[in-house]
Amino acid sequence: MTTDLRTEPAPGLPTERAPRPRASARARLGSAFAMFRNRKSITGLAILGFFVLVAVLADVLAPYSPTKVDNTARLQPPSAEHWLGTTHLGEDVLSQVVHGTRGVIVVGFLAAIMATIIAVVVGVVAGYLRGWRSESLSALTNVFLVIPGLPLIIIVASMFDDPPLVVIAAVLGLTGWAWGARVLRAQTMSLRNRDFVQAARANGEPLRRIIGHEMLPNLMALIAASFVGTVTAAILGLTTLSYIGVIPVNTYNWGTILNWASAQGAFRQNQWWWFLPPGLCIAAIGVALSLINFGIDEYVNPRLRSAGERARAMKKRGLDVNDAVTAVRTTPSAREDA
Amino acid sequence: MTAVQPQLPTEDAVEAGTTATTAVRGRSRVPWRFLAGRAAFYLFTLWAAVTINFVLPRMMKGDAVSQYLSRNRNVSPEAADALRSLLGLDTDKTLVQQYVDYWVLLLRGDLGVSLLHGLRPVTEVISQALPWTVGLVGFATVVSFAVGTVGGAVVGWRRGSRLDALIPVTTFLATIPYFWLGLLGIALFSVNLRWFPIGKAYGVGMRPEWSAEFVGQVIHHGTLPAVTIVIASLGGWMLGMRNMMLTVLDEDYVTVAQAKGLPNSRVLWRYAARNAVLPQIQSFALSIGFIVGGTIVMEMVFSYPGVGKLLLDATNAKDYALMQGVFLVITLSVLVANILADVAYAFLDPRTRQTEA
Amino acid sequence: MTVLEFDRVTKTYAVRGAGHIKALDDVSFTLTSGQTIGLVGQSGSGKSTIAKILTQLETPTSGQVRLDGEPIPRRGAGLRAYRQKLRMVFQDPFASLNPYHSVRYHLERPLRLDDVVPRAGLDDEVRRLLERVRLDPDVVIDRRPHELSGGQRQRVAIARALASRPRLLVADEPVSMLDVSIRLGVLNLLADLRREEGLGVLYITHDLATARHFSDEIMVLNQGRVVESGPADDVILRPQDPYTRALRAASPDPETHFASVSGVDGGVR
Repeated sequence: MTTDLRTEPAPGLPTERAPRPRASARARLGSAFAMFRNRKSITGLAILGFFVLVAVLADVLAPYSPTKVDNTARLQPPSAEHWLGTTHLGEDVLSQVVHGTRGVIVVGFLAAIMATIIAVVVGVVAGYLRGWRSESLSALTNVFLVIPGLPLIIIVASMFDDPPLVVIAAVLGLTGWAWGARVLRAQTMSLRNRDFVQAARANGEPLRRIIGHEMLPNLMALIAASFVGTVTAAILGLTTLSYIGVIPVNTYNWGTILNWASAQGAFRQNQWWWFLPPGLCIAAIGVALSLINFGIDEYVNPRLRSAGERARAMKKRGLDVNDAVTAVRTTPSAREDA
Repeated sequence: MTAVQPQLPTEDAVEAGTTATTAVRGRSRVPWRFLAGRAAFYLFTLWAAVTINFVLPRMMKGDAVSQYLSRNRNVSPEAADALRSLLGLDTDKTLVQQYVDYWVLLLRGDLGVSLLHGLRPVTEVISQALPWTVGLVGFATVVSFAVGTVGGAVVGWRRGSRLDALIPVTTFLATIPYFWLGLLGIALFSVNLRWFPIGKAYGVGMRPEWSAEFVGQVIHHGTLPAVTIVIASLGGWMLGMRNMMLTVLDEDYVTVAQAKGLPNSRVLWRYAARNAVLPQIQSFALSIGFIVGGTIVMEMVFSYPGVGKLLLDATNAKDYALMQGVFLVITLSVLVANILADVAYAFLDPRTRQTEA
Repeated sequence: MTVLEFDRVTKTYAVRGAGHIKALDDVSFTLTSGQTIGLVGQSGSGKSTIAKILTQLETPTSGQVRLDGEPIPRRGAGLRAYRQKLRMVFQDPFASLNPYHSVRYHLERPLRLDDVVPRAGLDDEVRRLLERVRLDPDVVIDRRPHELSGGQRQRVAIARALASRPRLLVADEPVSMLDVSIRLGVLNLLADLRREEGLGVLYITHDLATARHFSDEIMVLNQGRVVESGPADDVILRPQDPYTRALRAASPDPETHFASVSGVDGGVR
């Protein structure tokens, strides 16, 4: 890239260059989602998208109603009629799993949205402010971080008789925001001292623009990673609570299916078609979300991306990246550096 | 979990906004100010936890709680009074008075009586269950942290090799819910292979004592739960350590160490891993809360007689006094563990010692 | 004619556990538009603190800063008017631009904040600014900072500083993080712009040679105090203060033989 030192046209001659159009909106949107553009993120997003689709189209996709009892077909292994077999009441396991997706997705995302909003507000404000205001917000965050979450949720959930999904999501969100807030506070504090923020302040930018337009775009990757992580935690929390039985079992999700399976002794009687699919679904969504987060991590920290590649490339040429001394070749290598 | 940010250097200079700090010699090697700050924080957290415990039952529907007392006639008057203070039924007193009484009760060590356990004091019930949980959690967590950290250091060191495949495997294991992994473990190893018993800490009919047979049974029963916790939590430690290692290995001081001709093992352990492990200790402290959560579920799956199972049984039976007591004890234990981790961190990271100057 | 007076300014920072740090001790100078002052000193001498006080990112502990005789307002329209008149170019071209925004955004913001031109004329003004710092607008206008070289970034930073048509410019080590080979280009650009706009410039640097080349007057700062000041040539060629002398002696001069530099014996021959 050359530095353009003297490109002003000779005086007197009009410039003929036509003005270039602004970068199209599509290109700008594309660059905003650059963190998702690597293989890992795309795979993760694809799997997640699949589950979201199943949740939305549950009524269409499930072959039976999940509560349809069929006394003639109890505890049957997978067959042509029941792809995933039946429960102790003859209900179709596949339909239950399909319908269960809805509760999981809704609660997971709702809880994560709530938690992330709180985390962003508390974290960024705590990072930007100084002095006792920042310290007290940080202390608040740390309190929520240290107090063990699951026992608290168990106790709170047991106080409700029949909590709707929103309430469950709210409880999960209100106990899960602290980690993201802590990370965001640290990053905001580091950003605040950067020169471009100082330049914006020196130019008289109002506070809301400094936080909203200068800092937030640089925090997007971190916020996205925190959101994805919270979805994972919320889904695991929901299914665990459902399995324990703290959340009443009239809502469908994969955890409640496991609750019934366990209560009926499915694990002891090797009725694998009942207890394997729900657990595998939870794991699958967990993997998808982790992959998305891996992708974001590599985008944020390019060292993670290139470290392995560089070592492999060196290995191909017979060198070890950890060698103390660089080997000096006496014969020219056939391949040049990429 | 995203990679943890490395610490900022001497906070004070950065905050002061100037590089004109004169070097001052550190006065002592014990970072008193750092520890005092952390102690203040933990006291505050303890106060917050106690207050939450105070507020919670008072938000519940009143009749549910008074039903609780009326169900059991043969509660002694003192015990009944204590229960009223604990559960917020003493509405004839002002809120402030209730709060003070609550604290008095706690400081006396009186957590009420457990209806589920035949009116025995809650403290007694909990102290019977606590050692089991501490033993299981402590052992499994330490093993998981050690194996995960060492493994992560090695995977980070040998970047680009086949060991990289370990990361997605362990991460996959970490996304599987604890309880499902435990149930699968039972299904596979207990039911099918019959290598391990299905649950509980020791055989039916045995009484706790310090005999070889008893200890043997404890180990036999405890293996499956412990192994499950280790497998499930390994992934997080390994990933965090590996990411930190990759960041540290790019630093110049590692290159200098290698250029000096130091043997690889020394650079790996004494230079790279030593610095990469510091954020791990921080995240260890923070994740103790999550570990406790996982253990609760594990105890339910394996019917292990620890505080987790106690909490769940109490929740199902609506034994509010026991629920409160267990929550307090769990929170207290988490705080203590955090304090220990902070002390360890303060002594391991020379920078915290330096800010004393 | 715009006159900035820095009047007996002291700045102390309180540091937890270590008492106080005096970053500036009774510093005074006057900057007039059309004049350039070179502020010289080593790291930690207080140079950046002066820059921060001038841009109102910090306030003096004692003393006063006045523009055209009036003390600088702390807030409101008065502060805004002051900010429009005094702009800063930062040292680190990598850090002083927001990695997320394009060059166009960086230049449009000050134009809009200070209402320099009406909305319709924004694009033209941005292009004009880029051409003044000798960058091709069509090439750079939609680029992000990471797509530019260090020298290009610093030129964008200069353009941003000029956007509000200031009278005074604070240049905080504008070339010390650039490649040596392009430093002169950027400094010459600053000199041309200064002449065309009639700017008063406070040129902060640790490099005596460029200070002399670029400034009318030089002020030498040591641990927060002004130890010497005067016309550039006087200070460099006939330094009075021992610290200034030591600074000059420490500057590398490719023409000088090692052994003939005072204080060094047994140099490489």
